[in-house]
Amino acid sequence: MKLHLKIWRQKNGEEAGKFVSYELPDVDEGSSFLEMLDIMNEQLVGKGEQPVAFDHDCREGICGMCSLVINGEAHGPQRATTACQLHMRHFKDGDTITIEPWRAKAFPVVKDLIVDRTAFDKVIQAGGFVTARTGSAQDANATPIPKPIADKAMDAAACIGCGACVAACPNGSAMLFTSAKAGHLNLLPQGQAEKDQRVMKMVSAMDDAGFGNCTNYGECQAVCPKEITLDFIAKMNRDYAVARVRNFFNHAC
Amino acid sequence: MELNSNIPEGPMAQKWSSHKTKIKLVNPANRRKYHVIIVGSGLAGASAAASLAEMGYQVSCFCYQDSPRRAHSIAAQGGINAAKNYQNDGDSVYRLFYDTVKGGDFRAREANVHRLAEVSVNIIDQMVAQGVPFAREYGGLLDNRSFGGAQVSRTFYARGQTGQQLLLGAYQQLSKQIGLGAVKMYNRHEMLELVLVDDDDGQKHAKGIITRNLVTGKIERWAADTVVLATGGYGNVFFLSTNAQGCNVTAAYRAYKKGAGFANPCYTQIHPTCIPVHGEQQSKLTLMSESLRNDGRIWAPKTKELAQKVRKGELKANDIAEEDRDYYLERKYPSFGNLAPRDISSRAAKEACDDGRGIASTGLGVYLDFRDAIKRLGKDVIAQRYGNLFDMYECITGDNPYEVPMMIFPAVHYTMGGLWVDYNLESNVPGLFVAGEANFSDHGANRLGASALMQGLADGYFVLPYTLGNYLGKQGIAKAGKISADHPAFDEAEKSVRDRIDKLLSIQGDESPRSFHQRLGKIMWDKCGMARDKQGLTEAIQEIQALRKEFWSRVKVLGEDGELNQELERAGRVADFLEFGELLCRDALMREESCGGHFRSEHQSMPEDPEVKAGLISEGEAKRDDENFAFAGVWEYMGDDVEPKLNKENLVYEEVHMATRSYK
Repeated sequence: MKLHLKIWRQKNGEEAGKFVSYELPDVDEGSSFLEMLDIMNEQLVGKGEQPVAFDHDCREGICGMCSLVINGEAHGPQRATTACQLHMRHFKDGDTITIEPWRAKAFPVVKDLIVDRTAFDKVIQAGGFVTARTGSAQDANATPIPKPIADKAMDAAACIGCGACVAACPNGSAMLFTSAKAGHLNLLPQGQAEKDQRVMKMVSAMDDAGFGNCTNYGECQAVCPKEITLDFIAKMNRDYAVARVRNFFNHAC
Repeated sequence: MELNSNIPEGPMAQKWSSHKTKIKLVNPANRRKYHVIIVGSGLAGASAAASLAEMGYQVSCFCYQDSPRRAHSIAAQGGINAAKNYQNDGDSVYRLFYDTVKGGDFRAREANVHRLAEVSVNIIDQMVAQGVPFAREYGGLLDNRSFGGAQVSRTFYARGQTGQQLLLGAYQQLSKQIGLGAVKMYNRHEMLELVLVDDDDGQKHAKGIITRNLVTGKIERWAADTVVLATGGYGNVFFLSTNAQGCNVTAAYRAYKKGAGFANPCYTQIHPTCIPVHGEQQSKLTLMSESLRNDGRIWAPKTKELAQKVRKGELKANDIAEEDRDYYLERKYPSFGNLAPRDISSRAAKEACDDGRGIASTGLGVYLDFRDAIKRLGKDVIAQRYGNLFDMYECITGDNPYEVPMMIFPAVHYTMGGLWVDYNLESNVPGLFVAGEANFSDHGANRLGASALMQGLADGYFVLPYTLGNYLGKQGIAKAGKISADHPAFDEAEKSVRDRIDKLLSIQGDESPRSFHQRLGKIMWDKCGMARDKQGLTEAIQEIQALRKEFWSRVKVLGEDGELNQELERAGRVADFLEFGELLCRDALMREESCGGHFRSEHQSMPEDPEVKAGLISEGEAKRDDENFAFAGVWEYMGDDVEPKLNKENLVYEEVHMATRSYK
């Protein structure tokens, strides 16, 4: 198929970027979206032009590295699909496709379609863990976990940290990402000891990193490639409120 | 090259515990004086970095991705083995040890494998304590499934995303240490050189690395008391593999060029259940978890004529009658059936396709069919077990596996070879430790499913925290932190890195690094893939040499050094693959036997062999030569374009009797 691409080009974080048009004469519809970009880059190299920089690694939808806004949607038009798992058969001959990086205050552009997502790491570093020193664990079956709870924790833990939720949110909020991790760990018995501290520290780190507030647009849930739901945001809000109250009374007495 | 495996004395089952009581310790107050560099943030790297930081060492960890959470361990789907025997089905440490040695086709080091089996149980405890949401039964206890090469259910899993959940567990533990300042994390940094410094014991010790900041292009030096490489495998030498795009051999290969032995590079695992290749523009192959073989049945049409009709689109899989289907694994290996080990299953698929019975438009594919399982268990149960894998398959191919059988074909997946290490995971270069897929020690010539995650975490959590301390303790506190990055050895290493980058950028030829990579991959797959022979390998070596020459005169690397430059990154990795590919072929040529993932067409069982006559194995199976090849082949770098030297570590089997592997 023949495609017309409009791609965001930006030399680095300091310089302004702009859209540049490219024509692709022959794309196999069995190719993935990123393979289509590979082909385009090979053509650019052939002509002596700078190829388009974009993040990608596993190309099987699990590492969370790919981060493209395709025709205005984070990860493109397919539901529950990362850009690397999107295939060209979902496009038509003659289509114009616009490709941009994630756009959010907390994710500055590094080059072309690559952004800096270390703000996510900061949120995890603040409290997205269970403290369990190596070698200190009890037998794995010592604490049974009801299957529905383990399953629900797994639903949240499926987050790949790609940042599509932030890119899609008009406020650039990281509530879905943060609540997925807080929800995963706060649901499990292993996560109880640090539950209050976890949610307070993660929320505070999220605010410090420059992410916006949540005003219930729900765009995050719509674009999440792992279909993480707004329920986890509601749970985090509850956990946060309880933690603040408990914290207040602990300090009061 | 001196290869002392340093296997502890004593009975197999007590080696590790007695070793732990004898090795050196570093006092908690002194640990902060030592600086440890860890390259790679996958299961082995992240778990080692977190554990060593918890103990009090200063740790710096480097990864090429934008976050340590993205390391390729994340892509493992099926599960992790552990000898917990929670199913009461006869499992034990000894069984896991035995299965792994046998599965590795008697080319692994027994003592290392036994230790792996011993600590496997601690790994599950550790990961559950960290909140890894493993699958559970309704009673709340952990669930298990079976994997290839075992007759017990010892595999723990988290849907089809076990690698992700384990990696995130290790990443979270690492993140805590980063937040505390105990680990300094360097994302988007690629190691380009290892630095060796003369020690007063007359040997050169690993004391630092040179990295390139992938965002700014800055070349930096890092000094430390010891260096750990946890940089994964080299499957991308084949261009098309299930590895992530960035996986590369550079760190390991740089260490090899500095004197570290590279062991058994020819042991590459071809995974039997991947989605078949669709065309020339393809960039990677996607694995479908081996766990699918628990319920899926693998088959090919019985006759060439039927297969041809399928290839032409005249006949659909579901229209092929039961009696026209050849469930070849169940037929050839009745006791293991569809759960025969990976090497055996892959070769059987290749055989069917070579026989003209392959499906898919290319003729390179066989079926993995869930029809009977859905009939037996219902669609819901199958969806619960494999839902995300089925979705992934449909997303890539456009076919719905609940209705039509999956098409699969083998693809390069894992590499058992790697840098040579002793029992302590220390290479022959003192102070250089190698963990996870990057080392060679535990899987022999073939890795069993769900054992890679186990090994990565075993090395990082339960081996390195002991053995690294042993090295540092032996070095003594007087030497702690004494080497600085101003040492002349760093000048030299940095200069070689700069010279190479300048050279790559100066050629300005007419062919992209990706194109060279693709061409190398084709040579490797055609002549050093699932079946290898002397003639093909000899040709491959010559072709790779010629391609390498061409690369260094015609490669075109656009852009500059002082910026984010993905072309330059790729060019450097491809340059190393172009040397390493030759080493891999040399190893395959040297190994005049078939074992595990290494199959030499000249060495297969013939109808007149006694084992075939006795019905123990079929005709055409891998034929080992224990008399002449029961050793790890360890290659020593002798100079550019000079033939490397082969060293041998003889493998002795005290516990498991060396026998022909039979899965009949």
